[in-house]
Amino acid sequence: MSTATETKENPVSQNGHGSSHKQRKWQDYFTFSTDHKVIGIQYLVTSFFFYFIGGFLAEIVRTELATPDPDLVQPEMYNQMFTMHGTIMLFLWIIPAGAAFANYLIPLMIGAEDMAFPRLNAVAFWMIPVGGVLLISSFFVGAPQAGWTSYPPLSLMSGKWGEEIWIMSLLILGTSSILGALNFGITILTMRIPEMDLNSMPLFCWSMLATSALVLIGTPVLAAALILLSFDLIAGTSFFNPVGGGDPIIYQHMFWFYSHPAVYIMVMPFFGVISEVIPVHARKPIFGYRAIAYSSLAIAFLGLIVWAHHMFTSGTPGWLRMFFMATTMLIAVPTGIKIFSWCATIWGGKIELNSAMLFGIGFISSFLIGGLSGVMVAAVPFDIHVHDTYFIVAHFHYVLFGGSVFALFAGLYHWFGKMTGRMLNETWGRIHFALTFIGFNMTFLPMHQLGLLGMNRRIALYDPQFQSLNQVCTIGSYILAVSTLPLVINVLWSLIKGKKAGRNPWRALTLEWQTTSPPAIENFESEPVLWAGPYEYGIDSENEDEEDVEDMLTEVSAQS
Amino acid sequence: MQSSTVEDPKLALNYHKELKNEGTHGEHPDHRMLGVIVFLVAESMIFLGLFGAFLIYRSMMPVWPPEGTPELELLIPGINSIILISSSFVMHKGQSAIQKNDVPGLQLWFAITAAMGAIFLLGQLYEYSHAEFGLTLNVFTSCFYVLTGFHGLHVTLGLLLILAVLWRSRQPEHYSENSHFGVEAAELYWHFVDVVWVILFVLVYLL
Repeated sequence: MSTATETKENPVSQNGHGSSHKQRKWQDYFTFSTDHKVIGIQYLVTSFFFYFIGGFLAEIVRTELATPDPDLVQPEMYNQMFTMHGTIMLFLWIIPAGAAFANYLIPLMIGAEDMAFPRLNAVAFWMIPVGGVLLISSFFVGAPQAGWTSYPPLSLMSGKWGEEIWIMSLLILGTSSILGALNFGITILTMRIPEMDLNSMPLFCWSMLATSALVLIGTPVLAAALILLSFDLIAGTSFFNPVGGGDPIIYQHMFWFYSHPAVYIMVMPFFGVISEVIPVHARKPIFGYRAIAYSSLAIAFLGLIVWAHHMFTSGTPGWLRMFFMATTMLIAVPTGIKIFSWCATIWGGKIELNSAMLFGIGFISSFLIGGLSGVMVAAVPFDIHVHDTYFIVAHFHYVLFGGSVFALFAGLYHWFGKMTGRMLNETWGRIHFALTFIGFNMTFLPMHQLGLLGMNRRIALYDPQFQSLNQVCTIGSYILAVSTLPLVINVLWSLIKGKKAGRNPWRALTLEWQTTSPPAIENFESEPVLWAGPYEYGIDSENEDEEDVEDMLTEVSAQS
Repeated sequence: MQSSTVEDPKLALNYHKELKNEGTHGEHPDHRMLGVIVFLVAESMIFLGLFGAFLIYRSMMPVWPPEGTPELELLIPGINSIILISSSFVMHKGQSAIQKNDVPGLQLWFAITAAMGAIFLLGQLYEYSHAEFGLTLNVFTSCFYVLTGFHGLHVTLGLLLILAVLWRSRQPEHYSENSHFGVEAAELYWHFVDVVWVILFVLVYLL
C-alpha cells in the first residue's frame, strides 16, 4: 500500500491525531494540529491576544472621552478606534474564546477521543488568525469607521478599502464560526459514550448545542448581507444605497437577523461554563437541570425572532414593533429561569469562595443588571429615548463583559488546572477578580446615567456637563486595564511554578476530571466510566436521606 | 483504545478501510454525510437571506421589475433549467451504479452529469453576454446578476466535485458498494444546487 510506505517515511505527519503513543511537543501549538485540546488552547491564546489589542483600543477611546473635546485623536481616528474595538472584541475575542472552551471541553465531557471532524476543526481555527490579521491590516489603508454594525449608507461613504477589508475579514471569521459549530453540534449529538444520553450530558454541552444551531442558522445570513454590501461598495450596485433606489433598512434586517442571535452565540457558551463551575464550588447538585438545558433551546429559538428590536427607530411599523417588543421581553423568561436556577444552586451550598466561584458570582450579578436593562430597552417607548445613547453601551457591556467575560475568567480558573496540569494562584486570582469587578462597574455603571441624560454614543465630542461622569468611566477603564496584569502574572507564574493539579483538584464529577491533567493525547487512558450524573454533589450518603424523612415524619406527627 | 500502531494511520483516503480494522484508535462511525447535510443547511440560509432580500425589494417597489428593465429572455434559461434538473436524475443513476459495485457505470453517468453542468454554465455565460442590461442598472438587475452569479458559483463548485469523484474513481477499488461517501456527498450537493435553481428560476424569471 502506498499510504503505508508514505507513513513510514514520515511518521510524524499525522501528529496529534494518529500518534497517541507520542508525547505532546511544543511545536504542536504552532502548527496544523488536529488534536482538539491543542486547538482549544490555540483558540484561547489567540483570543486573549486579540483581547489585549481590543482592550488597548478601548483605552484610547476612554482616554479620548476624558475631555469633552476631541483632542487626543482626530474624530476620524476615533471612529476607527471604536469600530475596531467592537469588531475585535466580538469576533476575535468572545466568539473564539467560547469556541476555545467548546473545543477543549466537549470531547472530554462526553468521553470522546476527539471531535467528529478533527481536520475541519483545525481549518476552522486557522481561519481566525488569518481573519484577525487581515482585519488589523486595515489600519494601513484607513480602518473602517462605520461601527461594528457597518450600517449603510455610512459604511458606503467612509473609507472604501478599510470597509472592504472589514467585510472580507468577517466573511472569513464567519466561515470559521460555521465550520466550528458544525463540528460541535455533530460531536455532541453522535460521539457521546454509550451510557450518556442527552439528559445526562453536562449542561455546557446543551448550551453549545443551542449555540451551534444559532451559528448555523444565523451566520450565513450575515454572509449574504455582507456580500450584497460588498457589491454596493466595489461594483457600484445599490442594494442598500438610497441614491440608486436601494434600501438601507434591508441591510439592517439581514444584519440583525444574525447579530441579535450573535449576542446569544457570545453569551450562551458561558451560560454553560457557569452551569459547570457553580455546582462544583457550591458542592450542590445543579437546581433544575432540565430547566436550564431546555431554556437554552428556548433562548436559541426566541433569539431568532427578536432582531428588529434593534430597529425601533428605523421607521419600523407599529405592529412590527409590538411583535418584536413582545418576543424580546419573552426572552427574559428562559434567561430568568437560568439566573434563578444558578442562585438556587448556590443557596445553602457549601460555598468555596475561590477565584472561579467569585467570578461566577460576579457573572450572575453583572449579567442580571445587563438582563434587566435589556428588558427596559425592549420596551419601545423607552428604547426610542435611549436609542444610540450610552445607556445602550452600558447595557451591552453588562451583558458581554459582565456576562461573557466574567464567566470566561471563571472557566479559566476552573479548568486551567485541567488544561495545563498546574493550578492558578488563588491570591492573584482574587486580586484579579477584585480589580476586574471594581473596574468594570466603575466603567459601565455611570454610562447608564450618561445615556439617560442623553449622551450619544460613537461621538468623540460631547457636552461639557457630562465630563465628570465620563472621567469616572475613564478611571474605571484604567483599573480594568490594570486588572489584566495580575492575570498575566498569575498565568505565567503558574505555568512554571503553580501547584500540581492532579486529576481532579475540585472533586468534580464530569468526565473531563477522570483523566490526567493535562489529558493524554487521546484523552482517556482507559474507557471513562459514567458512575454518577454530572452534578450529583453532596447526595452520596443514603442513610442521611432516610433519617431526614423520619425526622420530617416525627416533626409532622408532633405538630398534628 | 491506546493499543494503536504507526502502521495504521488515519488518512481520509483509506478511512473507510480502517473502520473494518478492529483495534485501531480514534475510530468512530462515519459522520461525514451528516456533516455535509448540516453544512448544506447553513448554505441554504445564505440563499434564504438573498431570496428574502429579493422578495422585500419586490414587495416594496411599485413596479417590478422597475421601469426601463428590458424583458428577460426565457428560452435559454428554460432549456438550461431542464438540463440542470434532469442532470440530477442522471447523477442518481451513477450512484445506483456504484451501489452495484459498477465503477464504469458510475464514471459514465457522472461524466454525463458533468457535461450537463458545463452546458448549464456555458448557457449562463451566453445569457450574461447577450443581456441588454448591466449589473448596476437598477435593483432588479443587480439582484439578477448576484443571485444567478452566486448560484453559478455553486454549480461550478459542484462540477469540480463531480470531476474530483471521476478523478478518484480511476484508482481501482477507491469507490465500492460499501464505501462511496464522495459519490453521495457530490450528489447531495448537486441536488441542493438544483433545488436552489428551481426556487431562483421561479422567483427571478417567472414571477
